[in-house]
Amino acid sequence: MTSTSRNSSRPAAEARARKNGAVTIRARSLDRLYSWGWHHRQMAIEAWQRFFTTPMANGMTVLMIAIALALPAALQLGLANFQRAVAGWEGQPQLSVFLHKRASEAAVQTFADKLRLDPSVAEVTYISPQQALTEFQHSSKLGDALASMEINPLPAVLLLLPRNNDRDNLVALAERVNSTALVDSVVVDIAWVQRLAQLTTLGQRLSIGLAMLLALGVLLVVVNSIRLHIENRREEILVAKLVGATDAFVRRPFLYTGFCYGLFGGLLAWLLITVAITLLSGPVRGLASLYDSGFTLQGPDLGDLLSLGAGAGLLGLLGAWLAVARHISAIQPR
Amino acid sequence: MITFDNVNKRYPSGQDALGRVSLEIERAEMVFLTGRSGAGKSTLLKLLTAIERPSRGTILVSGHNLNRLRNSQIPYYRRNLGIVFQNHQLLFDRSVFDNVALPLSVAGCNRRELGRRVRAALDKVGLLQREKQNPIVLSGGEQQRVGIARAVVNKPRLLVADEPTGNLDPQLSAEVMQLFRQFNAVGVTVLVASHDLKLIARMGCRVLSLEAGHLIFDGVPDRDFAKGPA
Repeated sequence: MTSTSRNSSRPAAEARARKNGAVTIRARSLDRLYSWGWHHRQMAIEAWQRFFTTPMANGMTVLMIAIALALPAALQLGLANFQRAVAGWEGQPQLSVFLHKRASEAAVQTFADKLRLDPSVAEVTYISPQQALTEFQHSSKLGDALASMEINPLPAVLLLLPRNNDRDNLVALAERVNSTALVDSVVVDIAWVQRLAQLTTLGQRLSIGLAMLLALGVLLVVVNSIRLHIENRREEILVAKLVGATDAFVRRPFLYTGFCYGLFGGLLAWLLITVAITLLSGPVRGLASLYDSGFTLQGPDLGDLLSLGAGAGLLGLLGAWLAVARHISAIQPR
Repeated sequence: MITFDNVNKRYPSGQDALGRVSLEIERAEMVFLTGRSGAGKSTLLKLLTAIERPSRGTILVSGHNLNRLRNSQIPYYRRNLGIVFQNHQLLFDRSVFDNVALPLSVAGCNRRELGRRVRAALDKVGLLQREKQNPIVLSGGEQQRVGIARAVVNKPRLLVADEPTGNLDPQLSAEVMQLFRQFNAVGVTVLVASHDLKLIARMGCRVLSLEAGHLIFDGVPDRDFAKGPA
């Protein structure tokens, strides 16, 4: 015990010989690092064990987190499936130009060639009445009924792919084409494409908004649970601080507990969605087959499991951090 | 070891718990702090353990100026102290061993060293056989000895005890004091706050007596001390 004043920021930094030769043993820095790691491991194990000492209360918290996470995740997954289902229909809007049935083959070809030279048209596909009939017979299975008809009721069709997809352009092109004598009617299948795109965007915005709100909910659930944990262990925190525990040391178990809440919540959310998808996939497949589609629901994959688990874990950690930042420094020996 | 220089502590309520106290405690001394309730004993100990900060004056402990201790440095400062509480402050959710080990795990002591030193401390207070038990099953005297083992496990140079015999009968109190004397004999500075004047008089150590926040007696008391300080 020297009486000289020391500026060392950590009074425990070094060992000093005492009168009788006994030495105050100090943890060396390597020891400290090792013991820091050990304490982390210990706290992780302890958080895990504590979790199962009150399975009801903790299970409830985790279920709450899981439901809050499953909702936006399921919505997102549903949107992805929807987009996959309509992927075949999407893409460029096209103009279907129905020609008068009396139009001669030659006139139609000339008209088609003229359109091909049009700068606002990218591509022209000619479907003759015969082709249309064959295709229709093939896809509608009304082959026999159609075959029995003496004349082909279907008109010739020109499919136009416009060079420019904006709405005004399409409308102008449709009007121009419609004004030709050969043309019976023009159908612009742009409106529903746009509606679909808008609906998808709307769905995405909604799911992001919902996800953010529910993430906030998860955060609050974790903050509140951790606050209760801190209150329950108040005495322990006081004693630890009195024997020289740093705030970081005291914080550690609670951060692990928060991470556990998030992680388990995320994993359970994944499980909930997987179960829901499994239950729904049968009816969806049936419905798709009625529409002559091979579409099947795609459930959450391993990547989703990882991102849900990790994301929820981080959310739990953040919640725990918010709780300890507020409450642990407030617990001081008096 | 400990220097109080004109230390004043005024609580936010405006009450002066300590008024201009100056004292000096040498290394390896054993000193008793006495006085009635409210005389300022607890405040003095709180200042010494950095629970409170002085309003005025300087406190030096082995060269460290406590006034200049930043909040983040307080844990490291406390690791050099052993603190014994009247209500022993044991944690009943863990074993005797884990209670005693707390200051070491907090300081980042390695496992092997920790086990060795916890057992040495428990052996010292005669409770080595009880290490696996929960402190709740121990008697009051045993619990206090666990508290002492925890205070000395990190081999502090300064041991501070606040009414360590407050809840103990005379026989157990004497045993506890004997323990403190043993630690003092190996060079630990010991400061014990107590109002058990008879016991203090028997120990024959230096006594600091506080009254209304002022130091009114400093010295080794004579046999009449137990009847009340001069």
